[in-house]
Amino acid sequence: MEIFFLNFATSLNAGTVLAIAALGLLINEKAGIVNLGAEGMMLCAALAGFAMVVHTGSSSLGLMAGMLAGAALAAVFGVLVIWLNTNQYATGLALSLFGVGFSAFLGVTYSRENLADKMVKTPSIWMDVPVIGPGMARLDTLFWVGLLLAIGLVWFLQKSRAGLILRSVGENPDSAHALGYPVRLIRFAAVVVGGSLCGLAGAYLSTVYTPLWTEGMTAGRGWIALALTTFATWRPGRVLLGAYLFGAVTMTQFYLQGQGMDISPHFLSMLPYIATIVVLVIISRNPIWIRTNMPASLGKAFHPGS
Amino acid sequence: MLKFEPRPTPSPWWTYVSPLLALALTVVIGVVLFALLDKDPMIGLRMFFWEPISTPRAWSELMLKATPLLIIALGLAICFRSNVWNIGAEGQFVLGAIAATWVALYSPIPLGAMTVPAILLAGMLGGFVWAAITALLRDRFNANEILVSLMLVYVSFQLLNYFVFGPWRDPFGFGMPSTKAFPADARMPRLFEGYRVNIGLVLGLVVVALMTLFIFRTRAGFAQQVGGLAPAAARYAGFSSRRALWTALGISGALAGLAGALEVAGPVGRLTEHVPVGYGFAAIIVAFVGRLHPVGIVFSAVLMSMFYLGGELAQSRLGLPKSITGVFQGLLLFTLLACDTLIHYRIVWRRNKG
Repeated sequence: MEIFFLNFATSLNAGTVLAIAALGLLINEKAGIVNLGAEGMMLCAALAGFAMVVHTGSSSLGLMAGMLAGAALAAVFGVLVIWLNTNQYATGLALSLFGVGFSAFLGVTYSRENLADKMVKTPSIWMDVPVIGPGMARLDTLFWVGLLLAIGLVWFLQKSRAGLILRSVGENPDSAHALGYPVRLIRFAAVVVGGSLCGLAGAYLSTVYTPLWTEGMTAGRGWIALALTTFATWRPGRVLLGAYLFGAVTMTQFYLQGQGMDISPHFLSMLPYIATIVVLVIISRNPIWIRTNMPASLGKAFHPGS
Repeated sequence: MLKFEPRPTPSPWWTYVSPLLALALTVVIGVVLFALLDKDPMIGLRMFFWEPISTPRAWSELMLKATPLLIIALGLAICFRSNVWNIGAEGQFVLGAIAATWVALYSPIPLGAMTVPAILLAGMLGGFVWAAITALLRDRFNANEILVSLMLVYVSFQLLNYFVFGPWRDPFGFGMPSTKAFPADARMPRLFEGYRVNIGLVLGLVVVALMTLFIFRTRAGFAQQVGGLAPAAARYAGFSSRRALWTALGISGALAGLAGALEVAGPVGRLTEHVPVGYGFAAIIVAFVGRLHPVGIVFSAVLMSMFYLGGELAQSRLGLPKSITGVFQGLLLFTLLACDTLIHYRIVWRRNKG
């Protein structure tokens, strides 16, 4: 039983990386902007966070550095797509390609660093609790952050006035503009917040979850997070569930390897990607689901006064 | 204050000047980057823009690297013109390489003089099949082609690893995960004695001609693009969007697969985990910088090839990471997209009213 809870906790940790990034992207998309640069932002943030921890030894500074890096890159993306009306897909792709190259370029000197001896682990109070104790102790702090973030977002989008304005900008920017809301600034804010959350996810990956830096270490997590917002038909609660499910899929692959299954590890490594495709197919099969839930102006440029 | 004012019609002049301006901006940023890293920017410029064209051998290498970029980008141009976002060319490239390897090393029948054509056909088929998965899921289930094609890239890497670490691994490979070397008759014939550039370059130029004809001179090519520009008009004209989807993904998949076959049976000569080096992603930039025009793509493919060669030189001589190529590639696409704003808008200086 203890083992089960341990595995469960590990899956939740793995899912948290995806959850935080996907919730950030959800905020973007609720405002009508798709940022395909998630992978690039996460990688740069992973490196920024890792470098910060190497130099300062503080993991909270590391997470903050990651958020800053994500926010900065998202801001560049935001200026391009919101004010210069560049194509969102192409610009996001540019950000991903740039991020992969840039993080690899700057990260060379960090690939041999090890964080394990730089971080101080405080024993958790959970360790003395039977059965669920070890599992609870294994859960990272960021798991709780992700959980709170999802709950907060549900409230924000459904109950708060600011959330309503954000959604109106994504559903019908022209009406929001006519009502006097600064559509472009709101979209920009949403993009930057989304970027900082992708950054947080990236820094969490490199400083806590793994914890090490290698080139391209996000291994498509940014793209899976993008897919998650669609799976979840743009609802925070479902994003969270979907992310944990994917965390479990990732862990299954290691679990099966550990069990000595007679399957090539390379096929097991395909699991998260194939699972993404399968779920995407299942969700997209019903076009009405997608159409009724997708922010109506998603991916479209907004020209005020045209 | 500065304001963007929409132009009545897109500026044809800026369509062609924008890539040059983007290149200039990228070079400026590159010079600053080199200066920040305490490297002489002039040496950097020399490595990226002069050395790749300074000797016959350099030209051979330049063309060798430009070939896969050219071939893949030509296929992607069809996709992007039809508003089909295939960003998984890297995966289609890998499948092409795997299929080509199967023919080169494990063909059940002796192929003799047909070996090279069979390898190229197999590569195209491999890439086509991989792209067809994306087309099928999009067509049948409406699954987003961006995400599916990209996920298939990661799947293809694992498939490649499976073969080179598993059943196809050369037992005498000195611990290197790779297949055995291709036999001589399974290698791409070289164009000139002593230089690595091979018939792939000629094939690439043939594809340029075919693609120009297809895009600008055939009804199918026209129908293909109307769907991308004006879906409603395409429906009204009776042009099938499903056919456009399959054509775009089919052609680009087959071309990416062809590039994979040329790479594995050309300069590399065996299948290893290092066969994919990002040509599939770089080709996206090549396609955009070349204005999705076959002739433009020839120039942008050569430019991108210079980035690769320059990056290798920067690594071997200045000790900079090779990934500097990726930094410049990303920067080029960024600056291009920003400069493209000038096609649709002009900058005017206007005093604030009141």
